Amino acid sequence: MAERTATEIARAVNAREVSAAEMAEAAFARIAERDGAVGAFLSLTHDLARAAAARVDAAVREGRHLPLAGVPLAVKDNMCVTGTVTTCASKILGNWVAPYTSTAVGRLLDAGAIPVGKTNLDEFAMGSSCENSALQKTANPWDLGRVPGGSSGGSVAAVAAGEAALALGSDTGGSIREPAAFCNVVGFKPTYGRISRYGLIAFASSLDQIGPISQSVEDAALAYDLMAGKDPLDATTVDREVEATVGHLREDLRGVRVGIVKEFALDKLDPEVRAVYEKAYDDLRALGAELVDVELPTADYGIATYYLIAPAECSSNLARFDGMRYGLRVEKADVGATYEATREAGFGDEVKRRILIGTYALSSGYYDAYYVRAQKARTLIAADFARAFEKCDAIACPAAASPAFEFNAKADPVSMYLMDYYTIPMSLAGLPSLSVPCGYATPAGGSSPLPLGLELSAPLFAERPLLGIAHAYERGTAHARKRQIPPIAAAVAS
Amino acid sequence: MSVTATAYEAVMGIECHVELKTETKMFCGCRNIFGAEPNTNVCPTCLGLPGALPVPNRVALELLVKAGLAFDAEIPAFSKFDRKNYFYPDMPKDYQISQFDMPLTQGGVVKYWLPDGTQRSCRLTRIHLEEDTGKSTHAGSRDGRIAGSTYSLVDFNRAGVPLMECVSEPDIRTAAEAVAYLEALKRTFVALGVSDVKMEEGSLRCDVNLSLRPVGATEYGTKAEIKNMNSFNSVGRAIESEIARQTAILEGGGRVVQETRGWDEAAGTTHTMRSKEQAHDYRYFPDPDLTPIEFAPQDVERLRRELGSLPYERLERLIETDKLRVEQAHQIIDTPGLYGYYAAAAGLSGKPQATLNFVLGDLSRLANETNTPVASCGVTPEALAEIVALTEGQTINSKTAKELLARVWVEGGSPKAIVAAEGLGQVSDAGAIDAIVAGVLAANEKTVEEYRAGKTKVMGFLVGQVMKASRGKANPTLAEERLRAHLA
Repeated sequence: MAERTATEIARAVNAREVSAAEMAEAAFARIAERDGAVGAFLSLTHDLARAAAARVDAAVREGRHLPLAGVPLAVKDNMCVTGTVTTCASKILGNWVAPYTSTAVGRLLDAGAIPVGKTNLDEFAMGSSCENSALQKTANPWDLGRVPGGSSGGSVAAVAAGEAALALGSDTGGSIREPAAFCNVVGFKPTYGRISRYGLIAFASSLDQIGPISQSVEDAALAYDLMAGKDPLDATTVDREVEATVGHLREDLRGVRVGIVKEFALDKLDPEVRAVYEKAYDDLRALGAELVDVELPTADYGIATYYLIAPAECSSNLARFDGMRYGLRVEKADVGATYEATREAGFGDEVKRRILIGTYALSSGYYDAYYVRAQKARTLIAADFARAFEKCDAIACPAAASPAFEFNAKADPVSMYLMDYYTIPMSLAGLPSLSVPCGYATPAGGSSPLPLGLELSAPLFAERPLLGIAHAYERGTAHARKRQIPPIAAAVAS
Repeated sequence: MSVTATAYEAVMGIECHVELKTETKMFCGCRNIFGAEPNTNVCPTCLGLPGALPVPNRVALELLVKAGLAFDAEIPAFSKFDRKNYFYPDMPKDYQISQFDMPLTQGGVVKYWLPDGTQRSCRLTRIHLEEDTGKSTHAGSRDGRIAGSTYSLVDFNRAGVPLMECVSEPDIRTAAEAVAYLEALKRTFVALGVSDVKMEEGSLRCDVNLSLRPVGATEYGTKAEIKNMNSFNSVGRAIESEIARQTAILEGGGRVVQETRGWDEAAGTTHTMRSKEQAHDYRYFPDPDLTPIEFAPQDVERLRRELGSLPYERLERLIETDKLRVEQAHQIIDTPGLYGYYAAAAGLSGKPQATLNFVLGDLSRLANETNTPVASCGVTPEALAEIVALTEGQTINSKTAKELLARVWVEGGSPKAIVAAEGLGQVSDAGAIDAIVAGVLAANEKTVEEYRAGKTKVMGFLVGQVMKASRGKANPTLAEERLRAHLA
């Protein structure tokens, strides 16, 4: 039952074939069975889930239709949900309990979703492996010796392990798409401004975007339709009509032009990985798409640009964690010493590194050389995409250069930063972008094949065509129809 | 060796922080009111809770643009909010949303009059919009200072209140100019409904940048910034004190140090708060939570139309056209409703000076005595215009006018009708006056002899007797004229 998609669960609950309460208990049973090994959840919200299930069951009995009736939902622990301990996987928030619910989560709960718990992440969403969590280790359900990816590692692992049918992640430079690729699920980052950030604890405000993580493109579309749209509480949400995507998903790619990026040439990749992506491009063509060559000459500057803008914003966004009003406080003789001791004890190394980089980049005398230049580069990258989209409807490329890596394999921060090579340019341009499972490759030194993801990206606000293309690809490819059960499920079941 | 004393002039620019009078705060829906229980008007956004976001208050943006338009400032088509980063416990996010290089208004001129009637002007650099901080209270120390305190409390009711910062060019030279400039700002902001400008409630705070230079020099000297003045009077005193301090330093051959100085009201002096070396690097950058602010030309024009008649324009009419003294003109403008009343009555009577005399004289006195605003008393502008006409036309004398005003103040009604019905008209008929004069002269033979002996000052007594005999209705000028004729 827990392997069902969100769409299937909602249909069954609305048809009263199964109750929301039963779905909630099934999810908790699955979590109890598996999460000791996976470590996706930082906290479980039994009471909230049971109360929500009771409300959903009552509504369904009254004949109401709820689009997410009884769907177990995992929420990345950088989103506020009233009454839940909200940590950002950091020590600095202590046991802070959110007094309000983020808009995106609220919209899913209103649609009948059942909040089962809050999931692990790289501290403050800064990382690409989930290893920067100060609280817990999360393993990849496909290989417990490997990372799930990050920063939305917990949400992705929860969906991959069948612990939740749907999860929310946040994506700043690839934090939904890269882990989705590593764990063989769908991870979707909509256009910047489509989904409210109200209640999402900010890392880099101009890049952060909430998105769904699911077992199918159809589920991602379902959650997206519910969350998208102007929020009076977030001034950066766009006041623009949201075209429904559910009911408009394609079955083939006839008439679709898919851009293949010259600068993302596959010959740099491991041969087995390369073969998977070549096959993916062939599959797109076989489904009717016309593949066209496009160029993104400034894409190579993405990582350097991102690692100025994101830290600059984070250095300011994270200033509020000062021990004065909530969270951890290390009391010292005066206020300055208290700030210092609190932040020294409360933040992990990667967070401190980014605060330092960002503080430096914004400093008087360096601002023009770093921050202003990075913003100009960002404009150029967005312009490159705009030119590329004159020739195509979507761009296809790898979501990551390799399958999931082993724990501690990327001890050097820069090697970790490079993991987001294929995802950062789209984030800088604000584009809708997703990762959809596309096959398996055995990593160097590995013994069994691990999942890979195909990244599909589209022009601003072109969520409907993007999800349509991804859906056609998902339906039309053999590996999707023969979706493998992750080894964690098999191991626990035996 | 001879010593020539150098004469110095002060050069001042003033930065004012003014809390805007809006229903709600700048970036959230919390109420913007003074004096509530601490930490009752707060929400996730103004407390800076994790994940909360700011949404700009459109009313505050428009009020600020109006403030700029009132001084002929330029309203750029494009403006933005920036973050000013620094740590302080009453700053919920440890950054303040402010405006750095693209303020909502640029330039402008504040024109004002000094008490002696001379007009001055001070250019504005800019007016920008930001959010206020919370309010810290330090316990266990002398005077509530942070030094030596045992603990501190913060009230976040004020956090996020819309605050405009109005920065002037260094055009101010004297304490009197500074005070008159501030009063002109206050008068305008109150008239526009931008702020209630109450220094005692902290809704206006100002810092003065002050330096000295030899008279005639064009370079600026080293400046000190003076803070913590809590009334316009304190601003004047602080400036005098600081000019004296800097003058003494320069005359002693010393150098003024660039620093921030606090005004000590009780001591009547300024003291060092922090030096330039401790200045912050605020790491300003555009706030990514907020989109750029755009004002279309038609929006600016609508706001310009909404300005109505400005205090400056009204003062100009009173001082330059109606030739009122500056102090009187300010009194008219600064009393709510009085200018409109005056303008209506003067328009009806066509006699501005006579109208002003009644408004500032008898009517203001009656307003004080009865604690009723002139604008809502029984003497309508129409009634006042009638009294002016009756007086100017010699129909009634000033004594009757005074009595009529007091009566109509309470009862209302038309003074013209009352005068007609009750025969209160002034007697200006020479024949009728002559009859009374004859009677008075006959009854005061001794005084008549004194007058004829050269003691002409008894004329006043005789005029009084004519007035008395006429029950106040005689035209006093005509009475004196006829007395002189009879005595000649």
